[in-house]
Amino acid sequence: MTGLYTLFLKEVLRFFKVSLQTILSPLVTTLLYLLIFSHVLEAHVHVYPGVSYTAFLVPGLVMMAMLQNAFANSSSSLIQSKMTGNIVFILLPPFAYWEFYAAYVAASVVRGLVVGLGVGVGGLWFADLPLAHPFWLLAFAVLGCAVLGAAGILASLWADDYDKMAAVQNFIIVPLTFLSGVFYSIHSLPPFWQAVSRYNPFFYLIDGFRYGFFGVSDVSPAEGLLIVAVCYLALSLATLQLLRSGYKLRK
Amino acid sequence: MIPALHVQSVHKRFGDLHALRGIDLTVEQGEFFALLGPNGAGKTTLISLLAGLSRATSGRLAVMGRDVVDDYRQARRALGVVPQELVYDSFFTVREVLRFQSGYFGIRRNDAWIDELLENLGLADKADAYVRNLSGGMKRRVLVAQALVHKPAVVVLDEPTAGVDVELRQSLWEFIRRLNREGHTIVLTTHYLEEAETLCQRIALLKQGQIIALDTTANLLASHATSQVALRLDPPRLPEALRARLCAAEGEMFRLALQSCGELEGVLASLREAGVAVRDLEVVKPDLEEVFLELVK
Repeated sequence: MTGLYTLFLKEVLRFFKVSLQTILSPLVTTLLYLLIFSHVLEAHVHVYPGVSYTAFLVPGLVMMAMLQNAFANSSSSLIQSKMTGNIVFILLPPFAYWEFYAAYVAASVVRGLVVGLGVGVGGLWFADLPLAHPFWLLAFAVLGCAVLGAAGILASLWADDYDKMAAVQNFIIVPLTFLSGVFYSIHSLPPFWQAVSRYNPFFYLIDGFRYGFFGVSDVSPAEGLLIVAVCYLALSLATLQLLRSGYKLRK
Repeated sequence: MIPALHVQSVHKRFGDLHALRGIDLTVEQGEFFALLGPNGAGKTTLISLLAGLSRATSGRLAVMGRDVVDDYRQARRALGVVPQELVYDSFFTVREVLRFQSGYFGIRRNDAWIDELLENLGLADKADAYVRNLSGGMKRRVLVAQALVHKPAVVVLDEPTAGVDVELRQSLWEFIRRLNREGHTIVLTTHYLEEAETLCQRIALLKQGQIIALDTTANLLASHATSQVALRLDPPRLPEALRARLCAAEGEMFRLALQSCGELEGVLASLREAGVAVRDLEVVKPDLEEVFLELVK
């Protein structure tokens, strides 16, 4: 397991070495969202009884930051390695395809959790947050980061250049996170959009994560976790299969 | 003894391009072996197949008896590859890169060997420098160190001295020779044919995905190129009997072809009979470049 551990460590150190860009920058951006939205909407929007809009917003933003950064970690590392050619240093050693997968996903989870923790602590300046169900909170956080870590590997295997990678980020990941209930409860949407939201796996992640804080959610956390777990398994199987076949890595 | 490399009926196609057309090759343990050929001959493709960077369309390849597909973990542990492209990870220092690479091969504490590599490759004072800040030659040394970090039985160097200054070339070869003396098998591709001629015991010549010559360096030189003798004659006149051997003439200097050095005696006898004195004489040995050009033309 030394190989897997070393690759994981390398991936974690990689983002820590550029922490201004990988940790501080998303933290500041997310806290700016919080500052602006809470200031503008605090007095106008109430989602759950007894929960201020700012408090409602914090978990959503934390989860959004975690998901986007978990995706960014595996995807940017791999696409850079592919583009610069230093992927050869990962392809020459005796890694099994599943070790490759596990190291990149685990590092993505670490990056997601570090950024999420930062945003969460920052959010405490703006609102008091209860901690109703820490287990659910942690389960959704870790699983969410793992889903996006796997998606990052998948996207970077497929993408032949930075442009395609950016397209996945901007046209799939960002819209799915923004339209997942970060800023609102889906119950405030018209019935059609409520139904559409239920096809967005990110919705279950944010809803379940919020349940960990408030003990209130739009769908039951068990159902949400199950749906997310199924998504994770499907993505992982697809990613593992591509890694096993050497898709776009071993010609 | 198990061969260091065993390549059996290997074909590789990239779409319509038939890059390797039935390669059969065995490199014994402890050999210093050269893989030569013009650009596009398939050298790097063959190395990629051995390293698992690419997969053969058909045929089998083994490193130290381990199949590169079925037993890839052991095959890759036995192989160190210095890639042709000058690639590096810009996030890390030289020492960090070497520690990671050790870990990838399952080696936890490797600093003693890493220090030795840094020392031998002239990188000791760059250990804590970021690889991205090093010169091209220094980056090349880091690539060599990365390939050797797990002490592989077989070391493959794909154009290791391309764009490298003379000093590094000398120290690099000195180090690689030492590894060879210590029992490592070395396989080399290079555009500097004099390097292959000096260093390698055996040579395979590839052309359009096929091996067109595979022999010891000495045999290749003997069978595919002729020696020459350069003579300064007084008077400057070549006897009729030697005209067929004439390669070049300039003033008093004449260059004559010799199939072997044994023919020199007959040449001198003909000159004596014709009353021509030899003022100066030099035997010019054939070099690999001539062999190369003759075979690939």
